[in-house]
Amino acid sequence: MDKFTTITGIAAPMPLINIDTDMIIPKQFLKTIKRSGLGVNLFDEMRYDDDGNERPDFVLNKPQYRESEILVAGDNFGCGSSREHAPWAIKDFGIRCVIAPSFADIFFNNCFKNGILPIALPQEAVDVLMKDAEKGANARMTVDLEAQTVTTSDGESFSFEIDPFKKHCLLEGLDDIGLTMEKVSAIDSYEARTAQQRPWV
Amino acid sequence: MSPKTLYDKIWDAHVAHEDEDGTTLLYIDRHLVHEVTSPQAFEGLRMTNRTVRAPDKTIAVPDHNVPTTLDRVDGIDNEESRIQVEALDRNSRDFGIHYYPVSDVRQGIVHIVGPEQGWTLPGMTVVCGDSHTATHGAFGALAHGIGTSEVEHVLATQTLIQKKSKNMKVEITGKLRPGVTAKDITLSVIGETGTAGGTGYVIEYCGEAIRDLSMEGRMTVCNMAIEGGARAGLIAPDEITFEYCKGRPHAPKGAQWEAAMAWWKTLYSDDDAHWDKVITIKGEDIAPVVTWGTSPEDVLPITATVPDPSDFNGGKVGAVQRSLEYMGLTPGTPLSAIEIDTVFIGSCTNGRIEDLRAAAEILRGKKIKDGMRAMVVPGSGLVRAQAEEEGLADIFKEAGFEWRLAGCSMCLAMNPDQLSPGERCAATSNRNFEGRQGRGGRTHLLSPAMAAAAAVTGHLTDVRELM
Ligand code: SF4
Repeated sequence: MDKFTTITGIAAPMPLINIDTDMIIPKQFLKTIKRSGLGVNLFDEMRYDDDGNERPDFVLNKPQYRESEILVAGDNFGCGSSREHAPWAIKDFGIRCVIAPSFADIFFNNCFKNGILPIALPQEAVDVLMKDAEKGANARMTVDLEAQTVTTSDGESFSFEIDPFKKHCLLEGLDDIGLTMEKVSAIDSYEARTAQQRPWV
Repeated sequence: MSPKTLYDKIWDAHVAHEDEDGTTLLYIDRHLVHEVTSPQAFEGLRMTNRTVRAPDKTIAVPDHNVPTTLDRVDGIDNEESRIQVEALDRNSRDFGIHYYPVSDVRQGIVHIVGPEQGWTLPGMTVVCGDSHTATHGAFGALAHGIGTSEVEHVLATQTLIQKKSKNMKVEITGKLRPGVTAKDITLSVIGETGTAGGTGYVIEYCGEAIRDLSMEGRMTVCNMAIEGGARAGLIAPDEITFEYCKGRPHAPKGAQWEAAMAWWKTLYSDDDAHWDKVITIKGEDIAPVVTWGTSPEDVLPITATVPDPSDFNGGKVGAVQRSLEYMGLTPGTPLSAIEIDTVFIGSCTNGRIEDLRAAAEILRGKKIKDGMRAMVVPGSGLVRAQAEEEGLADIFKEAGFEWRLAGCSMCLAMNPDQLSPGERCAATSNRNFEGRQGRGGRTHLLSPAMAAAAAVTGHLTDVRELM
């Protein structure tokens, strides 16, 4: 998995609440058997009209936001379906960090498996970051995972919380399965124990 | 011993390893797999030369992509869908996991097949690459949706890296009024908590109104726990649960059944257990409800009117404006005046036999409105067979409904069953998101009986008027 340390980049503002994973990547793109290539269809139904032409007023279609690496959004980002195609599409587009007041649980977890950093900050802080993002390509935001801070283009800084284990995995680009495999003896003994206690499982 | 909740008890029984910071390897008893969220996981295993650790605890069934028309025996037309289903066929064979192919009468929506076949049992941990895995919580099993990377993790290790959630109690007291169903309970709870209200929590539903529900009803309630943002929904197992499980193909038998029962009977929340949050709703206050917007929290009694954006605060004002525009609705319109052109009865929320009975009860001897497109998609081949045996299929067909084969169908419209832009559907499924049932399609969520009533009158209807 790609490591995540620090990024300084353009942040796209999406001041909508309840952005669900159907919006992030509609179901017609779930028919792939690959992980890559979903970036062009990120936010497909908001981004393109019925004939497949770009809607010029959608944020990621605006020239100043085409290279966005950060997304700033409203409450409950990523709710709905568990599809990991949502973080795959976000990553494939080039976005490595999503900032919102809150995230839906499964989406939040899925981000970490794909080298994306989801940052939950209080509404007031997100409001400041949203304003900064609205300045466009000249305003570059910095996300520093080691220091756990987000800094606006004006130098205003906010600290965020993150689970230490998740932080470690992201910084080092660690693969969960590899880590768990190191504990295989614990799984073996769990299975042996419960085969006695709950043989019907 | 300190008092525990049901969640605590199931969790404790599945800890394979715990780090100092509470990061836990939770052992997974049942892993359900479908064709949409699994191909990349199996591919990952192949690339790393890993195998499925516990193939006998892994069950696969194609459901999202499969056509539900009778001609599906001739193959799937859509190439991408066909490739995905073929990938599941191959992966199931290569890795030796239990499989119900499209041609098997037991095939159906994964969350209906699991319980039906006795794979889902009390006290288990159940995961699936699908958010509605919450359904299985109705058995007192800790069940939740996971992403594809986690699917791969469970395939390879039979565990999941987890931290414990907070615990919320949702109590529905007293009795429900006539015409009010499990669907109305679960939608009303979301209306109360909001779609993010459950984030970070495992919910246990309890109270007399929950106890009175059948297993089918309990599955409907837990199914939508995820729509309230919760990690999982739980209902403590009782005689109704045990009765449902007994004799199922993969339920324990004989002495093992007795041993299982002895443990299952300990699975309840202790009286003085700690809850991080408690919500109480009176059963008698719950009305038949429908959704008017594009979030499951946009729910109101059928007797209400379309709300005004100015009734809301904060980010919700803009969201309501946007959803009313998408839904083509004007504030102040009575909900019962909203005309619809499609009715969909099915999904893992309401595709079980009891749901079909409830809808058929309303339709008996009636016809659907002229020009209405109405379909019933049973949740599994066995539900379909039983409905045919009970004569329900005839009632639907005589009323003018299409009688389909099992699958997810118009719940998410990955197969050919879709809404066209602007089409308005009364649906028994669980999501009314923009485009969920087809680009530009408009969805109103409601119970099977309410859906049947709407099919007859042509507009959203208070089912109590037809009872
Ligand atoms: S019926 Fe709908 S919600 Fe249920 S598993 Fe299928 S697509 Fe998902």
